[in-house]
Amino acid sequence: MSQVVEGTRISRNAEGSALGTVRRGLALTPEFRKGLLGTLALAVAATAGKIIVPIAVQQTIDTGLQSATPDLAYISRAVGLCAVAVLVTMLAGYAMNVRLYRATESSLATLRVRGFRHVHDLSVLTQNTERRGALVSRVTGDVDQISTFMQWGGLMIIVACGQVLVATVLMLVYSWQLTLLVWGCFLPLVIALPRFQRWLSSAYTTVRERTGDMLAAVSESVVGAAVIRAYGSERRTGERIDAAIEANRRAQIRAQKIVATVFPLTEVVAAVAISGIVLLGVHLGLGGHITAGRLVAFLFLITLFVSPLQIATEVLNEAQNAVAGWRRVLGVLDTPPDVADPGQDGVELPRGPISVAFEDVTFAYPGGEPVLKEVTVTVPPRTRVAVVGETGSGKTTFAKLLTRLMDPVSGRVTVDGVDLRRVCFSSLRERIVMVPQDGFLFDGTLADNIRYGKPGATDEEITLALTELGLADWLEGLPDGLETKVGQRGESLSAGERQLVALARAYLADPDLLLLDEATSAVDPATEVRLARALEGVTRGRTAITIAHRLSTAENADEVLVFDAGRLVQRGPHAELVRQDGVYADLHASWVSAART
Amino acid sequence: MATKVTSAVMREGLSVLGVAIRAEWAVFTAAVLSSAVYGGMTVASAWALGWAAENAVLPAFAQGRAAAGALWTGVLLILGTALLKAIGIAGRRIWAGTMQYNMQARSRREVTRQYLRLPLAWHHRHPTGQLLSNASSDAEAAWAPLAPLPMAVGVIVMLLVAAVAMVVTDPVLALVGFLIFPAIAVLNLVYQRRLSPLATRAQQLRAEVSEIAHESFDGALVVKTLGREEEETERFRRRAHELRDANIAVGRVRGLFDPLLEALPTLGVLVVLAVGAHRLAGGSISSGELVQVAYLFTLLAFPIRALGWVLAELPRSVVGWRRVRQVLEATGSMEYGQARLQGDGAAALEVKELSYAYGEDPERLVLREVGFEVPAGRTVALVGPTGSGKSTLVQTLVRLVDPLAGQVRLDGVDLREIAYGGIAESVALVPQQTFLFDDTVRGNVTLGLPVDDQEVWAALRLAQADGFVSRLPQGLDTRVGERGATLSGGQRQRLALARAVVRRPRLLILDDATSSVDPQVEARILQGLRGESATVVLVAYRMATIALADEVIYLEHGRVVDRGTHEQLLARCQGYRNLVTAYEREEAERAAVEAGEGVSA
Repeated sequence: MSQVVEGTRISRNAEGSALGTVRRGLALTPEFRKGLLGTLALAVAATAGKIIVPIAVQQTIDTGLQSATPDLAYISRAVGLCAVAVLVTMLAGYAMNVRLYRATESSLATLRVRGFRHVHDLSVLTQNTERRGALVSRVTGDVDQISTFMQWGGLMIIVACGQVLVATVLMLVYSWQLTLLVWGCFLPLVIALPRFQRWLSSAYTTVRERTGDMLAAVSESVVGAAVIRAYGSERRTGERIDAAIEANRRAQIRAQKIVATVFPLTEVVAAVAISGIVLLGVHLGLGGHITAGRLVAFLFLITLFVSPLQIATEVLNEAQNAVAGWRRVLGVLDTPPDVADPGQDGVELPRGPISVAFEDVTFAYPGGEPVLKEVTVTVPPRTRVAVVGETGSGKTTFAKLLTRLMDPVSGRVTVDGVDLRRVCFSSLRERIVMVPQDGFLFDGTLADNIRYGKPGATDEEITLALTELGLADWLEGLPDGLETKVGQRGESLSAGERQLVALARAYLADPDLLLLDEATSAVDPATEVRLARALEGVTRGRTAITIAHRLSTAENADEVLVFDAGRLVQRGPHAELVRQDGVYADLHASWVSAART
Repeated sequence: MATKVTSAVMREGLSVLGVAIRAEWAVFTAAVLSSAVYGGMTVASAWALGWAAENAVLPAFAQGRAAAGALWTGVLLILGTALLKAIGIAGRRIWAGTMQYNMQARSRREVTRQYLRLPLAWHHRHPTGQLLSNASSDAEAAWAPLAPLPMAVGVIVMLLVAAVAMVVTDPVLALVGFLIFPAIAVLNLVYQRRLSPLATRAQQLRAEVSEIAHESFDGALVVKTLGREEEETERFRRRAHELRDANIAVGRVRGLFDPLLEALPTLGVLVVLAVGAHRLAGGSISSGELVQVAYLFTLLAFPIRALGWVLAELPRSVVGWRRVRQVLEATGSMEYGQARLQGDGAAALEVKELSYAYGEDPERLVLREVGFEVPAGRTVALVGPTGSGKSTLVQTLVRLVDPLAGQVRLDGVDLREIAYGGIAESVALVPQQTFLFDDTVRGNVTLGLPVDDQEVWAALRLAQADGFVSRLPQGLDTRVGERGATLSGGQRQRLALARAVVRRPRLLILDDATSSVDPQVEARILQGLRGESATVVLVAYRMATIALADEVIYLEHGRVVDRGTHEQLLARCQGYRNLVTAYEREEAERAAVEAGEGVSA
């Protein structure tokens, strides 16, 4: 079971006792605690309904059938009373269920939304791709697990305990000797339950792992369809998939066998208990210690022990999963957002030309080497800056610090002289917008995606933005125009087209500082040049920082920042840098040779 | 999309069960027999208890002395029936599970076999997500009713035996049973019919909530950089609240019917006691028999619901099975010829009047009468703006798709005449989008090809991937993909390239396959490729890459506009010039402007 989200500073405070976890979990969900006592009272009333039949049987046999001529009037009265009791407990059961569902679902919906919002505040999300799947399950599967438990397993625990308790009390009223006998039979089973549960839990864990493997293998046949065909590896892939499916099937059957063997054990134990009751009961009866009705009532009371014990292993297993789920959700909620919004106390920056400064900024991922070292640089308003360097030189880290996706380990980043950490997010996001390399799109239309930059923008504004970026031709070429469906994550568009949409989206947001992280790398050269020109026009009057992957961007910039191994090694206009010996001259040479061999 | 519970759906559902029963008849028989033992023994255990009460317990109380023989017989009957019942339960559960999981595995195997068999064009027509859920959740849903099915059959046995037992014991008490148990069955059916659409809707919403979380977290960078966290939360909240309401609706129905279903048999027992007392007074039954019937009611109350469980799963099962069957019944496969490619070294490629259209719709042509030939050992660059059909053309060259018209020939042999597997032996494609298997580096490079590590390293060296692979924790044995090392885009592309060159292909096709690699590294890779004896077709934008080619074929709107050397095309083809010299021209213009400014300054 993967604990919380490793890698970044996800809190581990939530670890600790299961009870502590549940207590904290409940503290976070006031909707659940409200009216809990009432629900519990109803549960007790509903459970009490279970002993009506044994009492009715006992009364009928002992009181109504004592003499040779049954007391039919008494029996009718007793049965009628019991029937009323059954209806009352049934209503109690209905009321309890409705209250329970409403309370759990409301509280878990709150927990879900709160978790979702919190995850968006965590920087892991933007740093660590592989962990995203785990974070999704924090607000989906983990919460579902708690919900299943509360509505079935948790309820069962209450009902089962109550059922066994009232049965035991009634048994004690009837005969303490037989009660001891019954408990003597069932106790070993109760003691063995945690062991059964451990078997079951490990079997289920294996099933989950094998299912994961199986799904991964199956997905290869779909996602890798082209490569598999091109390399004629259908058979090899088929064999791998078959092996994964088979391993999954075996694990499922193994778990099923454990459940299937443990489950009917209770039946056997119950039969032993019943036999004992018959033998000992008759013996006691002959001594005058018990009536026939009470003895028969015992036989009915035994059945109240059977179902709780039969489902106990699965309930325990669910309880364990629920606590683990709770722990994982709390683990996320307890993680302080490492990049916190100052909110109300934050500084609002007035709109207008913007300047940026890095003052002795160092950044390292937790537990890692610094990836950006002591960078100091000032970008005056209305400048166009190109950032260059090889892969891993720290360019993207520079961009992430500038947009405050992360905070520096030491030093500070300022905008218009204000520390970025003091600027409230709403103001910051309005003024500085980054276009990432991977143009991520949401499932919807082209217009929806571009409008994401400026909610409420009209179709005219969107078309105008595309025109200003020189993309009117492209838009006209699309059969459905602005209403073109982009598919999940923009799948229906090419990588280049996705970048165009991402760029339009950022442009429509109308920021004072536009930061482009290789934002047009997948676009064909002619289009890219058109875009670059259009951008030159539209970024006039703004500050623009471009992480560049080709020469002309650097040549066009007012200033070039050259990064190497996490350090800012050179800065200045292209013409100046290219004359100096150094990293930039080397980069330039390789670009030139790549472009004009 | 809750499927309405209609009798047509039920009939179809039963026929789906029939498919499973025919496929796994031995396991099914074992499960049903076990379940019949369970059903029979459930009734028998009540009878044993009644017998013990009648012949051992009650007489002992009445007469003040125990008949040891009857007592022990009673005990043995109780223990014996319980043991048999337990064995029946275990067998039923094990075989029911086996049947369900066998069928799931079978469907998954068949579905994925189809995925591997069906042509790529079929894949293009179906969204990835849909295909994945066909093999996972649909295959699961289709066979979900198999788990409670044997129990339901056993319950029918149980009810028949119980009916006989009750009629034999006392027809009047049996009448109570005949009223109560059908009422439970009907009530349960109503319950499941009410519940099923609500549960399906909750399930659907759960998937949607998950989908929003996935999308939103995947797009976190966009959400964050545009400051849209609140709106995203609002989007998630709306769906989460719909899910909450749907779950509460489910809870309402459950909350109503569960206590009702429990109360009904309890009321039945009470009726049995009231009526039974009268019958007892009339001398029609003994008190032991009364106990037996009352006990039977308690025992039957729960299992009878299994009938409802099967029926409840049927609509979901029908939908799942329909989707699975759609994949299984998909037709169209590539026909292969018998021809084998002879010869070593570079292969000659010839493309003749080739046309291609999506969905074989002649209105949507993406390639129009494309023709060119590449003599053995030559390198040709395919150049054209985005959307000009380059990637589609490349797919026809390795026969991932067949053209609408025209043909592709390799060493003079039409690709369609080549035997299965023959093309992959001679041609290697490195596609635009890199795909790595959840396997080791070695496994990803060889894909099962019997080559030694030396050859793997040689291929990695050529692809400029030996450096980072040797730095990986387990070298060639490092797992990549899902749960392994994370590689950058450029590193992944280089592994894909190594995968192609390790096969020493006679024709190597690179579809913009080095776009994420640094230019310096790309230059080294391309230099290395010159040493290989292969015909090379490459799709590229970068000039350095294009310059490697002996000849350039320029495409626009799915047509070959011009072909010739790079210099020739530069000189005479306007579109080509515009595309490949875009950067240079821009630079020149800028220089001119600067010069102009210099003059005016």
